[in-house]
Amino acid sequence: MRSRLAGWAFLVPLVAYLAVCYAYPLFTNVDLSIRGYTVRSFVSGGAPLVGFANYATVFGDPTFRTALLNTVLFTVISLFFQYTIGLAAALFFARGFRLSATLRALFLVPWLLPLIVSASTWAWLLNSESGLVNAALKVVGLGPVNWLTSPEWSLVSVTIANIWIGIPFNLVVLYSGLQNISRDVYEASALDGASGWQTFWHVTFPLLRPVSAITLLLGLVYTLKVFDVIWIMTKGGPSGSSTTLATWSYELGFGNVLPRFGPSAAVGNVLILIAVVAGLLYIRVQRRQELS
Amino acid sequence: MFPAPVPTRLLAAVGLVVSVAACSSAPTAGTPDTFSVWDPYPQFTAESEWVRTIEKCGAEAGVKIQRQAYDTTDLTSKVLLAAQQRTAPHVLVVDNPVVSTLVEAGVLKPNSEAGLDAGQVSPNLVAAGTVDGQTYGVPIGANTLALYYNKAVLAGAGVDPASVKDWESLNAALAKVKAAGKKGITFSAIGTEEGSFQFLPWFWGAGASLTDLPSGRAALELWKSWLDNGYAPNSVVGNTQTTSWQEFATGEYAFAENGTWQLGNAKKAGFEYGVIPIPGRTGGTAPAPTGGEFVTVPVQDNKDTEAKAGRIASCLTAPDKVLAADTALTYISAVPSVQQQQVSAQPELAVWVEAVKNAKGRTGDNLGTRYPRISQPLWGAVQAALTGAKAPEAALRDAQASVK
Repeated sequence: MRSRLAGWAFLVPLVAYLAVCYAYPLFTNVDLSIRGYTVRSFVSGGAPLVGFANYATVFGDPTFRTALLNTVLFTVISLFFQYTIGLAAALFFARGFRLSATLRALFLVPWLLPLIVSASTWAWLLNSESGLVNAALKVVGLGPVNWLTSPEWSLVSVTIANIWIGIPFNLVVLYSGLQNISRDVYEASALDGASGWQTFWHVTFPLLRPVSAITLLLGLVYTLKVFDVIWIMTKGGPSGSSTTLATWSYELGFGNVLPRFGPSAAVGNVLILIAVVAGLLYIRVQRRQELS
Repeated sequence: MFPAPVPTRLLAAVGLVVSVAACSSAPTAGTPDTFSVWDPYPQFTAESEWVRTIEKCGAEAGVKIQRQAYDTTDLTSKVLLAAQQRTAPHVLVVDNPVVSTLVEAGVLKPNSEAGLDAGQVSPNLVAAGTVDGQTYGVPIGANTLALYYNKAVLAGAGVDPASVKDWESLNAALAKVKAAGKKGITFSAIGTEEGSFQFLPWFWGAGASLTDLPSGRAALELWKSWLDNGYAPNSVVGNTQTTSWQEFATGEYAFAENGTWQLGNAKKAGFEYGVIPIPGRTGGTAPAPTGGEFVTVPVQDNKDTEAKAGRIASCLTAPDKVLAADTALTYISAVPSVQQQQVSAQPELAVWVEAVKNAKGRTGDNLGTRYPRISQPLWGAVQAALTGAKAPEAALRDAQASVK
């Protein structure tokens, strides 16, 4: 009985922390999204319940389709390149050569830089007029590209910047995953006469699957809510061409003199829902792996 | 059921945390002896003339002052949240288009009740703070937009700045500058309020009205033609007013549309510059939007507190105090008599005083909180047209359709 009490007591800090820092804000956000808040009722209270009206507004807005499509493209393309480049780099460093530790540490720099610094640097590099990238294109005889100021390129540009920022994370996690694969399996596959490519596909890649899954899931949740990089580089523009659900939610709530809290919270909740679905999917896949 | 009391205790613990958090922000009854003043001037430190003026005004009202500076884009949501928690500052200095939003939120006291008087201020500057016949707050000063020009670039292209009287002569000047191998004009068409702010002089200069966006077609076609003809760089689509100024500061550009607040930087640019008003489509000075903050008194629980806050706000906007703040901000005073003092001290301000006289409040014409709902589609239309996603006319028509 006493030990049971003690058990509960140990739980209290965690539960209190979860309630104050997670449950309460989440509840507030859901509450915001189902009420018809105006600036007046935000201050003085008494906003009426409107059910799913804010969600209907959001889903009916032409921006929603653009934002959703951009979010999917931005996330999927970012994850694909972050993972493949990160894995390639991890395999490269796994061979362990002179200076490999130093180089690996240098690879971490994008991850360590504050996002405002890296995003501003990218914005400067890709500037149409004075950017280094266009200057380099000119040297090799190519015309300038309006990286950040044309609707065709803006999403590409922010995705490239985001890939660059995410590679180190993939590199570090996959590298440590590689370290955990036993030398014996490699030895066995070498004795069986497997080529390097075969070893990768039939030994390394399958054994790395659990690590890959968690890397991709963390990457997914992180990439879905990327806001700073896009906002600093393009503000979601020009004319909405690089708007994602995250930047749109911010724009609705804070991008204008007259905030629209309800729709902003609704977009935020849609984003949370997508991340939760991804998380559940991960748990299912993991459970099936454990069973097999 | 032994464990039962524990969840109760747990609830009590959570309740305690919540109530402690609530206590720390509970409103105080009676008149406090420290008054809070919020402003959007983080560049001013405790030693600045501005902060000393606030403290002086506090001392005159017999209270201590706690001043807090926020980034101007943060201030609106900070004030709304504070008002919700009933911890709004006693005196609030806020960007003029935000005033009507805060009035709608019920956060601000009208001048008649707070003991403020905007009678000395030019009516076109007070307009942004007038909602349904009541005025809320007093402008601390005003800034607006005009065209800076680079004397050497214009001379090299054989353009006399005095010849720029309307859009046609401006286009002719830009063509000559381009022919001379220099760049024409830079401005900011970013997808935020800044973009609308910069577009409005041309929009209003075409005789257009914010309640009928397609009427500003000529203005958008003018901007688009500058990009098509290579008079303006493509980077304007993403330029803030600061990055646009940096382009002008390279010395390559003939003109830059920018604000009064750049005067200090203009002197440091390392080349000779001049300023002309933005021309209307067929001549004259186009009405540019007014920028600059209002000193306001938020609603408090206590009438005496509001009255004292009103005294501090009056003091801050009194003609003898306001000159120092306006000088530090490189603003034009909102009071005509002080404007004259400024011009006699600095004759180059004459063109700005003229521009401020012609300027219009964005939330004026009784638009109030309809303005932000118009402004957002408007900057979207400007971006859509400049990037070629839509034709100018179609872009403005679509924008008008999405105004809610």
